[in-house]
Amino acid sequence: MAEMAHPSPEHGHGSHTPELVHQFETVEQQREAGTLAMWLFLATEILFFGGMFCSYLIYRSLHPQAFEIGSHLLEVKFGATNTAVLICSSLSMAMAIYSAQTGKSKKTVILFLVLTILLGLTFLGVKLYFEWYHDYLEHIVPGVGFAYRPEWGSNGPMVQMFMIFYFVMTGVHAIHMVVGVGILTVLIIMAARDRFSSHYYAPLDISGLYWHFVDIIWIFLFPLLYLVGGRYTGGGH
Amino acid sequence: MSEHIVPVKVYVTVWASLLVLTALTTGVAYIDLGVFNTVAALAIAVAKMLLVVLFFMHLKYTAGLPRIVMVAALFWLAIMMSLTLGDELTRNWTPAVHAWGSGVLLPLLPHLLR
Repeated sequence: MAEMAHPSPEHGHGSHTPELVHQFETVEQQREAGTLAMWLFLATEILFFGGMFCSYLIYRSLHPQAFEIGSHLLEVKFGATNTAVLICSSLSMAMAIYSAQTGKSKKTVILFLVLTILLGLTFLGVKLYFEWYHDYLEHIVPGVGFAYRPEWGSNGPMVQMFMIFYFVMTGVHAIHMVVGVGILTVLIIMAARDRFSSHYYAPLDISGLYWHFVDIIWIFLFPLLYLVGGRYTGGGH
Repeated sequence: MSEHIVPVKVYVTVWASLLVLTALTTGVAYIDLGVFNTVAALAIAVAKMLLVVLFFMHLKYTAGLPRIVMVAALFWLAIMMSLTLGDELTRNWTPAVHAWGSGVLLPLLPHLLR
């Protein structure tokens, strides 16, 4: 027992790869622990976003007409395009991990990571310029010159409420995207320094979980915000 | 590394299915289905979520704790949603409290005292 409590300085390091930290027996165990930790974090994220989805559902059920008017202020073409962009970025992320797993060159891994970042930035660009900036020009950003329109009638305040939900939910999602772009940047630097191999790619794998999760949030935001009550009645763009 | 390696073909098939489902959910929104517009939108979103979770996030190939965490998270979400919505959406089912004194109890009082 004494040897276990006071491990010798040489403790196993000779046979280890440098990425294996002290508390784990094998790289495999280390990766599984990391994966589990990311899933636990994502569980808290599900409930974090779930709270917003829940309050959204309450307000939508209480004010269906106002939410339909609000939804029709958004451009389906941008929402749908961005959904496709994120799905492509998820494929690119999966391919980056696959390339590391199968021992492809670091160039290939970096290429897919850069592609993932570019698609992420495309999403943010569409969001910022084509959507949020134009919403600002149209005076439908709550708190920044929001203006009721006569055709909304008494629904005005609750149309504004819809837009608050829209900006908070897409805003928090966008913050997650920015964090994701940061993580991907770190991964590119790590890949460039030859840190990954077919034996060690856990950071890619675990960051991938996060990136795909952010994609899933958007998969729900798109129909819930852009397609409320259908688009077949007037008001659609 | 013993982790299952998902073939590229699977990734590409999932990616194509996700794009088709995105087009489908967008297209369906332009057809009048009444309440089923919302049902269809949510059903397609759940299908897309499952595709991403099972294949891109490897849950199909990851046994044990991560699966339990995922199911537990969805279960907690269901608790939060059902209790909150169960309260909010049923508030008008019973008469307002102020009516109980005069509106409900007093007319009943002679019967109760008989």
